[in-house]
Amino acid sequence: MEKRVTFKGWLLPLLLIAPQVLISAVFFFYPAGQAIWQSLFIPDPFGLSMQYVGLGNFEYLLGDPYYRASFLTTAVFSTLVTLASMIPALFLAVVADRLIKGASVYRTLLVWPYAVAPAVAGVLWLFMFNTRVGVVSWYLGLLGYDWNHVLNGSEAMGLVVVASAWGRISYNFLFFFAALQAVPKSVIEAAAIDGAHFWRRFWTIVLPLLSPTTFFLLVVNVVYAFFETFGVIHTITAGGPQQSTTILVYKVFADGFVGQDLGSSAAQSVILLVVVGLLTIVQFKFVERRVHY
Amino acid sequence: MTARDPLVAAAPPLKSGREPAPGMVEKRGRSLWLSHAVMILGVLIVFFPIWLAFVASTVTQSEIIRPPMPVWPGDQFFINYKNALFSGVNVPVATMLMNSLIMAIGIAVGKIIISLLSAFAIVYFRFPGKTIFFWLIFLTLMLPVEVRIVPTYEVVAGFGMLNSYSGLIFPLIASATATFLFRQFFMTIPDELAEAARVDGAGPMRFFWDILVPMSRTNVAALFVILFIYGWNQYLWPLLITTDPEMNTIVMGLKQMFPSGDDFAHWPTIMATSILAMIPPVIVVISMQKLFIRGLVDSEK
Repeated sequence: MEKRVTFKGWLLPLLLIAPQVLISAVFFFYPAGQAIWQSLFIPDPFGLSMQYVGLGNFEYLLGDPYYRASFLTTAVFSTLVTLASMIPALFLAVVADRLIKGASVYRTLLVWPYAVAPAVAGVLWLFMFNTRVGVVSWYLGLLGYDWNHVLNGSEAMGLVVVASAWGRISYNFLFFFAALQAVPKSVIEAAAIDGAHFWRRFWTIVLPLLSPTTFFLLVVNVVYAFFETFGVIHTITAGGPQQSTTILVYKVFADGFVGQDLGSSAAQSVILLVVVGLLTIVQFKFVERRVHY
Repeated sequence: MTARDPLVAAAPPLKSGREPAPGMVEKRGRSLWLSHAVMILGVLIVFFPIWLAFVASTVTQSEIIRPPMPVWPGDQFFINYKNALFSGVNVPVATMLMNSLIMAIGIAVGKIIISLLSAFAIVYFRFPGKTIFFWLIFLTLMLPVEVRIVPTYEVVAGFGMLNSYSGLIFPLIASATATFLFRQFFMTIPDELAEAARVDGAGPMRFFWDILVPMSRTNVAALFVILFIYGWNQYLWPLLITTDPEMNTIVMGLKQMFPSGDDFAHWPTIMATSILAMIPPVIVVISMQKLFIRGLVDSEK
C-alpha cells in the first residue's frame, strides 16, 4: 500500500516520525530488551551483581508448581470471564434486536458499565460481597449459605470473574447488537415463511452469520481477561486466598515488585510476551481472513 | 489501548438509522412486552452494583456496618461527597480527580499528536529507513505495559519521573494503535487532494494543517473518547509509580482508601469516591455515544 502522490524530502518525515520513534524506543524497546536480558540472570542476595544463568530462570519457572498453577488459574479465569461476558451480552442483544422501539434507549443504558474502570468495578463488587457488610453475602447468609471469598478459593474466583465480566457485557453487547442489525432481514423472513421458529432461525441462520463477530470478541475478551483485569484482582483478592486467583499478569507484579525476584519476573514477562505474540498471530490468521461460513 | 491492541476485527459495519418499518418477524403483543421486560430486567441487574454504590454514598457509616444496608438513598449525600472531595482518606479526592484528568487528557492528546505526525510521515513521504520505522512502530502494538512493568519502572525511575505527570503519561503513549488508525484513514484520502495542494504550491506542512488535520476531525474525536477512558481507567501503572498520595489518580487511590488492618473501611467515603471516579468517563461515553461506538468499532479494525 503506497500513495501515488508523495512529498519530497527526507529530513521532514524523519522529524515528523521522531517523537513516536523516540518514545517507543525509550519506554518500549529498551524495557522490552531489558526484560529479555534480565531473564537470563539472577541477582545476588544484595542486588549488587548479576549472575548469568542462561535459561535457568525459565527452567525454574516451568518446574515451579506455583507458576504452573498460575497458568491453570489464568486459563480457568479467562475462559469463565469470556463466557460470563459473552453469553448474557448475546442474549440481551438478540432480545434488543427484536424491538423496533426503545432498542437505542437500552443500548444507552447498557453502555454505562464499559466506562467503569476494572479497579472501580472490583470495589463495587467487593462491597456487595464483603463478608461483614456486603448486602449479597448477608442475604446469602439468611439463606443459610456462608459466603467467604477471603477464605474460599472458588468463591474468590467466582467473584473476580463476575466483577471482570460485568463491564465487558456492555462492550460485547455493542458489537453483537451492531452485528445483529447487519443481518439481512430478507434471509430471516424467508426462513420464517418456510416455517422456521425463532430458535431454529437463531441456531441455523443468525448464529452462523454472527460467527466473525463472535470469534473476534472471543479473542478480544481473552486478551482482556489476561491483561486488563489486574485492577479487579488487586482490589478484591490480591491474588489470594492461597494464590487461587493469581493470574499470570498478577504474578509478574507480585514477584517483581512485592517479592523483588527480578530474574523470575523478567522471565515471566518474556513468557507472557510469547503468549501475546501467539494471540496476535491467532488474531491475524483467523480474524483478518474472517471466519467463513 | 496498549493492553489490548487488536488491529483487526470482524466487526460488522454499524448501521445507523435503521428504518422502523415492522417486518413479519418482530415481536408483537404479549411477547413484545416480554422482550421489554427482559431488557429492563437485564438493565436493572447490570445497574444494580452502581445503584448500591450510590445508595452507600448517601447514608451513614453505621447504617452500612449493620447489614443489611438500606436500598434507598439516605440524606447524607452532601456530607459524604464534601467529606470525600475535600478531606478524603489519605488525600482529598479533588486532588486525585485533578491528577486523573491531567493523566487522561495528557495520554489522549499526546498519543493523538504523535500519531498524526508519524502517520503523515509514513503515508505521504518516501524516506530512508521508512520500512524499518514502520515495523518498529508496528511491534509496539504487541506488548502491553503490564508485561514489561519492571524494566519500564526502572527507566522511569532512572529519569527521575516517579511521582510526576510525565512519568504517568509517557510510557502509556508508547503504542501504535492510533498511528495505525490514522494511517488507514490517510490511505483512503484521494491522491488528488495532495496533488492539487502540490500544484497550488502548498508545502507538506501546509497540506497537513489545512487539509489533513481538518479532514481527520471525526477520527480524532472518536479516538479522544477511547483514549480518555483508557487513560482514566489505568490502575497498575499509577499504582507503581505514584508513591506520593498527592500524585495518586482516583482509580488507583480508591484502593488505597481501605485500611490495611482489620478496621472497618469508611464505606460512605469510599463509595462516594467510586461514584466520582465513574462520572467523567461515563459522561464522555454517554455524551459522545455515537462517536464512541464508531471509535470502538474502528479501533478494533
